[in-house]
Amino acid sequence: MATAASMMPYFGQQISSKHDMVPDWTNQEVSTGTTIMAVEYDGGVVIGADSRTTTGAYIANRVTDKLTPIHDRIFCCRSGSAADTQAIADVVTYQLGFHSIELDEPPLVETAANLFKASCYRYREELTAGILVAGWDRRRAGQVYCVPIGGMLVRQPVAVGGSGSTYIYGFMDSNYKPGMTKDQCLDLTAQALSLAMERDGSSGGVVRLASISEEGVERRVILGNQLPKLSTQHTHTHTHTHTHTHTHTHKHCSVFWSTLF
Amino acid sequence: MFEETEPEWLNEEVKTGTTILAIEFNGGVVLGSDSRVSAGASVVNRVMNKLSPLHDKIYCALSGSAADAQTIAEIVNYQLDVHSIEIGEDPQVRSAASLVKNISYKYKEELSAHLIVAGWDRRAGGQVFATLNGLLTRQPFAVGGSGSSYVYGFVDAEYRKDMCKEECQKFVINTLSLAMNRDGSSGGVAYIVTIDEQSTEEKVVLGNDLPKFFDQ
Repeated sequence: MATAASMMPYFGQQISSKHDMVPDWTNQEVSTGTTIMAVEYDGGVVIGADSRTTTGAYIANRVTDKLTPIHDRIFCCRSGSAADTQAIADVVTYQLGFHSIELDEPPLVETAANLFKASCYRYREELTAGILVAGWDRRRAGQVYCVPIGGMLVRQPVAVGGSGSTYIYGFMDSNYKPGMTKDQCLDLTAQALSLAMERDGSSGGVVRLASISEEGVERRVILGNQLPKLSTQHTHTHTHTHTHTHTHTHKHCSVFWSTLF
Repeated sequence: MFEETEPEWLNEEVKTGTTILAIEFNGGVVLGSDSRVSAGASVVNRVMNKLSPLHDKIYCALSGSAADAQTIAEIVNYQLDVHSIEIGEDPQVRSAASLVKNISYKYKEELSAHLIVAGWDRRAGGQVFATLNGLLTRQPFAVGGSGSSYVYGFVDAEYRKDMCKEECQKFVINTLSLAMNRDGSSGGVAYIVTIDEQSTEEKVVLGNDLPKFFDQ
């Protein structure tokens, strides 16, 4: 697999080529080199992703939404080729919607995961897609399913994916405990994503979180300067001081959320 | 009639695909490593100590090609002995790290080994130096080897300034354990070396004594 994913190391750098007139990244595939994470808790799931999409070294989109709704209470987190994952998600959304109408019932998360697996496995030679499927259904409450490159399917209490995920396996192993609450899962996910974004060049931007439960879906965004700080970060020696002379009635809040049904 | 081909690992380079780390505390350093040496899919040594002494109070942690790393360590051990006789006192950690860096940089195309140098000297106390690819940089802590990728997040989150000796030892053991669980090229037992003004202490933590995590 040559230039398919930005998670692969970039070999064969050239001093010059006949394409010197245009930047390298115009020939590169668009990739969501990325960090994604999903955690189960009693009553639902928490999912999170960074927001960077790259073509080579250029950041094509710094505010990408990699948390894609597949159904009312089922989301997927996408990593790998942006085009491949969008196409697969569209197909599965259609298939699941049709199936749900036939059943006259909300679909199971396991069904959605199996639909992803079917596409990813059948076209495994052509695709580069690593997907986490997470959601809530009445039968088994919160569930997280991992469909990595190649088309395997496995359910896990907590899963990470994308190029940045390698850096947070140790953090995840040591900090995840079974039986965490929703807020603990949100904190864990936000912190894990920040750590990965700090180390992985293909991950960055903002942290997008969502929690899915029987009540519905709550989405939130954590902007760059609000991310949890690490002890290894250098503190800035100069500080900006703002003085607002005009009054605002609503407080400036950088963590905002809305409930979707 | 089928010809039986010989196992692949007979032709594979022997690597210490590994996890190594070193962290300084006020008054010394703690170094840690796993013990697995692999040639392809085969583990050729499951109890190798990758923490190699360069001098009484200076150790280095080996990673990458086993042959390259061991040779660099032996050469620097010799050069440091000569140097310490010439100056008539114990060498500085920075000197040892510079000697490692000089070899790593000069032969960077031929070698594929990364050594982390750490120790204690009278002038600057505990110090940790990274020499990856021929650079030389002092850091509060350094991780290296194939298993280090999996614990960058953990060490970034858990490291705090001004930890004491026991906290550093615990930090090293936890980090090694996590990396050994995730990296196929790291495993076996954990070796720890604690160096301070009074002593140089070597310790082994066997597999069943390593900390366990939620999925074990």
